Amino acid sequence: MDTMRERFASVTTQLLDEDPRLAVVLADIGVDGFRTAAERHPRRVVNVGIREQLLVGVGGGLALAGLRPVVHTFASFLVERPFEQVKLDFGHQGVGGVLVSAAGSYDWPAGGFTHMAPGDIALLDSLDGWTVHVPGHPDEAETLLRHAAAAGDDKVYVRLSAQSNEAARPVDGARFLPVREGRNGVVLAVGPMLDNVLAATEGLDVTVLYATTVRPFDDAALRTAVAGATAADVVIVEPYHEGTSTRHANDALEHVPHRVLGLGVGRRELRRYGQIDEHLAGQGLDARSLRERITGFLGR
Amino acid sequence: MTNTTTDTTRDAAEDTTAAPLDDFAALPRLMSHMTGDEKHGPAATSTLDALWVLYDRVLRVSPATADDPDRDRFLLSKGHGPMAYYAVLAAKGFFPTAWLPGFGSYDSPLGHHPDRLLVPGAEIGSGSLGHGLPLAVGTALGLRAQGRTDPAVWVLIGDAELDEGSNHEAIAYAGAVGLSRLHTLVIDNSSATHGWSGGIASRFEAAGWSATTVDGRDHEALYAAFTLPHPDRPHAVVARVEAKEYAGEPKPKAKAA
Repeated sequence: MDTMRERFASVTTQLLDEDPRLAVVLADIGVDGFRTAAERHPRRVVNVGIREQLLVGVGGGLALAGLRPVVHTFASFLVERPFEQVKLDFGHQGVGGVLVSAAGSYDWPAGGFTHMAPGDIALLDSLDGWTVHVPGHPDEAETLLRHAAAAGDDKVYVRLSAQSNEAARPVDGARFLPVREGRNGVVLAVGPMLDNVLAATEGLDVTVLYATTVRPFDDAALRTAVAGATAADVVIVEPYHEGTSTRHANDALEHVPHRVLGLGVGRRELRRYGQIDEHLAGQGLDARSLRERITGFLGR
Repeated sequence: MTNTTTDTTRDAAEDTTAAPLDDFAALPRLMSHMTGDEKHGPAATSTLDALWVLYDRVLRVSPATADDPDRDRFLLSKGHGPMAYYAVLAAKGFFPTAWLPGFGSYDSPLGHHPDRLLVPGAEIGSGSLGHGLPLAVGTALGLRAQGRTDPAVWVLIGDAELDEGSNHEAIAYAGAVGLSRLHTLVIDNSSATHGWSGGIASRFEAAGWSATTVDGRDHEALYAAFTLPHPDRPHAVVARVEAKEYAGEPKPKAKAA
C-alpha cells in the first residue's frame, strides 16, 4: 500500500489532467512526487523554493486569478509559520483553496518538535469557514482530496498522516460513521486514531463513531449516537491537540446534560525522538493507555 | 453600504457638478472629504502622483472592466493611508464620491485599510504589510497558467514595507522565473527605519528584475518608467518622494542663540 502522501501526488497528478482550474504550489517539500505533473503542466505546478510565506501568498494569488490552488508542505510550515497568510490571503480576500499538510503531529519523531504541528487544527479553528479532513487511510485520503479539489471555492484543509488504519472506511467528506454500537457512552475516533480506539474499546459496551471530516463538526451524528446511550458521556480521540473538538461536542450537545473527555496530543514537549508508536504511547494514545483513560472516564 | 444622509456627504456629491472629477487637480478636494483639509502633507500624498499616472495612463482597467478576467490588476499592498487611492478610484468612477466623507465610519465601505470585498475596484484587502507582492506573484502565475499573457499585474509597496521578509521571498522567486507581467511600484519616502543602503532598485536588480528609480512627483518620468520595456523579466519602479519625517506639521525652526 502506498502512503497518504504518495496517494496525494498520484491523485493530484491525475486531477491536474482532468481539471484545468487546478494548480499545485510547493515549497521544496514533496517535489519528487510531482515531477511528471510538472512536465505535463509546467504552468500549473509551481515550486517556489523554501519560501513558505510566498507559498501561501501565491496560493491566494492563484485563487484571485480564478484558479483552485492546492498548496502543500509539512503542517508546521503550512499552517504555523505562515499563519497570517492563511488568515489574510485566503479568508480575508474572500477566496478559497486546498491546503494539504503532512507530518502533522508525530509522523517524523526523529525530526523532533520543529517538524511537529499538533496545534494546526486548533489554529484553523480560530478562522471562519475552513473544512477540515483528517483521513485515516490512503484510500480515504484519495476520496477526501477529490472532494476538496471539487469543492468550488471552499477553503479546505487536508491533514495527511504517516499513521494509517488497517482498513479504509466508506467516508463521504461530511458525516461521521458509526463503526460500533453500544450503550455506555460514545467514543469519537478521528482519522488514524480509529484502530487504536477499536482495540482499546474491544469488549466494551460503547458506540464508536469515526470522523474523517471534523469541520464542519457532524453535530447530528453525535446527537444520534448519544441518544442511543444510557448516559451522554463522550470521549474524543484526536491525533492533534487534546480537546481541540471538545467545544464542538459541547455545542452539539447543548440540549442535554453531558460529559466530554478530550484525548489527543498534549501541549507539553516530549523532547523525545524515536518512532511513531513510541510517541503514541508517550502521548497516552496507544490502545492500552486509551482503554485505561476511556474506562476510567466512563466508570466515574 | 452607501450612506447618503450626512451633510458632509452632500458636500461631496456637489463635487460632481462643481468641477471635472477625472482630473489630477480634483484629487486634493476629494481627499479633503476624508481628511477634512484641502492641504495634505507629503505622507498622505506620497502615492498620489504615481497612482494617478497609473490609473490615468497605464492600467487597462475601468469600472466597466473591473470584473473582466483580462483586465490589468493593481494591488495596493501598502494599505496604510489609502486616501489617495480612494480619491483616484472615485475620480475614475469605481465608486461614488459620496462615499468619501464616511471614510473609516461604521457604515462606510472605505476603511483606513481597504477591503476588496467592500471597495469596488480594489483587487486585494490590505493593511498588514508584506502580503501584496506574494499575492501579485500568484496572480501573475495564475493569469499565465490560463494563457492570459496580456494583463499586467501591478503592486504598490512602501520602502518601509520592503522590510517584511515575505517581499524578499517574492522578489527572489519572481526574478528567478522571469515573471515578466509582474510590476512592483515602490513608493520611497525614506521611512524604512534602517534604510536600504545601496538603494532599493539594487535589491530588485540583484534578483534579476528590471528596475528604475524616478522622481515620484514627475508625471512624465513616472509614465516613462511605468512603460519601460522589460522583456522576460519583472519590472520595478522606485518612485522617490519627500521623506516621511517632514510629513504633517512643519518642524519648529531652531531658535537663534
